[in-house]
Amino acid sequence: MSKQQQHWEKTRMLLFITLAIWFVFSIGIFFFGAEMEASSIRPLGYPLSYYMTCQGSLGIFVILIFWFANRQEKIDEEFGYTEREDD
Amino acid sequence: MFKGKFIDNLPKIYGTYTGGFLVFIILMAIAEQAGMSAKLIGIFFVAFTVLIYALIGYLSRTMQTDAYYVAGRQVPTVFNGMATAADWMSGASFVAMAGGIYFKGYGYMALLVGWTGGYVLVASLLAPYLRKFGCYTVPDFIGTRYGGNLARLSAVIVLTVASFTYVTAQINATGTIASVALDIPFNVAVYVGLASILMCSMLGGMRAVTWTQVAQYIVLIVAYLLPVFWISNKMGAGVFPHLMLADEVARIAELEAQFGLGSIKNSAADLKQVPKGLAGITKAHSEVNTTPWKFISLAICMMAGTASLPHVMMRYFTTPSVKSARRSVGWSLFFIFLLYSSAPMLATLSKLSLMDPNLATGIIGKSITEVQAIDWYQNWNQANLMFVSDFNGNGTLELNEFFMGGKAVVLATPEIAGLPYVISGLVAAGGMAAAMSTADGLVLAISNALSHDIYYKMINPKAETAKRLIVARVLLVLIGFAGATIAALEIQGILGSVIWAFDFAMSGLFFPLVLGVWWKRANAQGAVAGMLLGLISGTAYLIAVRNGYPGFWGVTQLTFGIIGSLVSLVSMVVVSLLTKAPDAATQRMVDEVRVPSGKTILGKQH
Repeated sequence: MSKQQQHWEKTRMLLFITLAIWFVFSIGIFFFGAEMEASSIRPLGYPLSYYMTCQGSLGIFVILIFWFANRQEKIDEEFGYTEREDD
Repeated sequence: MFKGKFIDNLPKIYGTYTGGFLVFIILMAIAEQAGMSAKLIGIFFVAFTVLIYALIGYLSRTMQTDAYYVAGRQVPTVFNGMATAADWMSGASFVAMAGGIYFKGYGYMALLVGWTGGYVLVASLLAPYLRKFGCYTVPDFIGTRYGGNLARLSAVIVLTVASFTYVTAQINATGTIASVALDIPFNVAVYVGLASILMCSMLGGMRAVTWTQVAQYIVLIVAYLLPVFWISNKMGAGVFPHLMLADEVARIAELEAQFGLGSIKNSAADLKQVPKGLAGITKAHSEVNTTPWKFISLAICMMAGTASLPHVMMRYFTTPSVKSARRSVGWSLFFIFLLYSSAPMLATLSKLSLMDPNLATGIIGKSITEVQAIDWYQNWNQANLMFVSDFNGNGTLELNEFFMGGKAVVLATPEIAGLPYVISGLVAAGGMAAAMSTADGLVLAISNALSHDIYYKMINPKAETAKRLIVARVLLVLIGFAGATIAALEIQGILGSVIWAFDFAMSGLFFPLVLGVWWKRANAQGAVAGMLLGLISGTAYLIAVRNGYPGFWGVTQLTFGIIGSLVSLVSMVVVSLLTKAPDAATQRMVDEVRVPSGKTILGKQH
């Protein structure tokens, strides 16, 4: 497999992981709205369903994007595809 | 004062600007104490901020294509994040979102999840690759990746339909705010709003819009957060509302039960008295009040729509590198998060201050005549945003006898909670900033697509730079006027048209964009089929549902993008596979796009 193919293989893998986490917190947990509401887990005292829609999922998305960007930069570096500073 | 290049001095410049803005707020507060009238304060706030934006727009004028179309590709990561956040957060986010949460609770929060979750798709599927491509506009990518004018034209059509639906709502919002703050009739205010929008974008294109959007973000975030923190502290609800309102949320549930929420229904005859557009509290504040599919389908549409709306995507064409485009998406979402996570808190504080009899501001349970005598009630009643009526004739105001407009949650809460008027002026300036920044991005997205993709790439490829930029500006003004004219007709509410715009964009552009990067086999025929059939089927479904067709799969007029994008995906894959694979040059181009380093596909000036 060429360098470029390997790079793309890893990039795709990272995409799948990122989208899996994204799916859980944007779609997956909201299949269980009623269960979350009844749950005894109450972040900061808010009902779990309320908390996830107000802050929980939103905050996770912010962290997820920065994590994704870091990982992708590492992959690009590994294969020498990092942009030159003057680009 | 500032040595060296503008770009190197950004933190200093915007730091000074923020400081200056805070000083302005303090001066206004002092003026209020000295007896300046509320009306004058409102005029000062809106006029002062709009003039600053116009000044920035003038200073950023340019006659170079790459500065006009992509701000010279030198907008630093964090500043591009701020500009995107302003570009993104529209008048609807600013003025209507807290109101939506206030009235509809959990079911409405699908919009919050969708409008933030979409950025994960932007960061991972699209933004860095489109930046590497080096295009000026979204149709520029479609046209070059798939090849052929038909693909380019189809992309321009989808872009125009989606963005135009959106922009009328934004111009409508600028008009609403300008008419309240400056005290002029709505159909005049719409054109005042339009003039402000054009001043920011006409001379400098994307470069001017970028630097005004950063300035607008600062105004809108200060205007949103300051009242939330102030009210929370004043009520004794918590120093940091986001982390400390659990008791208040529980208290609202308690009061809802006490006031018989849901058990007392208003008769149709009673509801006829209520002015159009106002609503009472009918849904519990924090309960799960919708089916999972309803929530999820709405969230999916908003997420896919986010990843297909051209005015957002084109902001990531302005960063210096692929790496900074990717990071910039994270910063955008962070800046958006600051406002979105505050909206539910504002809704909570607003509802509690009206409902709780233990608070001085609470009105439920007071006598009707007493409520009708309150100053702020009279003001907002006159503005057609509040209404009470003693349906059961017992002389006291019940929960089901109080009605409010969605906008009032943001606009009126500071006054209800007893904050000085200067805050209300600040909120008006913030709403104006939010609506203007989005309108600027949208008008520019449409006129750039028409001038670059239709005029330059299809009609007159030999046009000189000066002529191209004149055409771009003429189109900008024309589109602005068309938007304002339709906005003045007030066909659809602000929020409704915003959601439609997402569905249109998702129907026509989501899969052609994503598969352009992630599926090499996708070809021009497939993309054209995907864009046009997606848009047509989505639109057809919307029209059918509006005319009484019951629909299927629980897809409503707010989520018709699900139908459109499914048709788009299927037709794109089927047609692509039935026709010839893209040639070797195109395949190489896709390989090139997938690697961050090296030259962009399209040259710096094209």
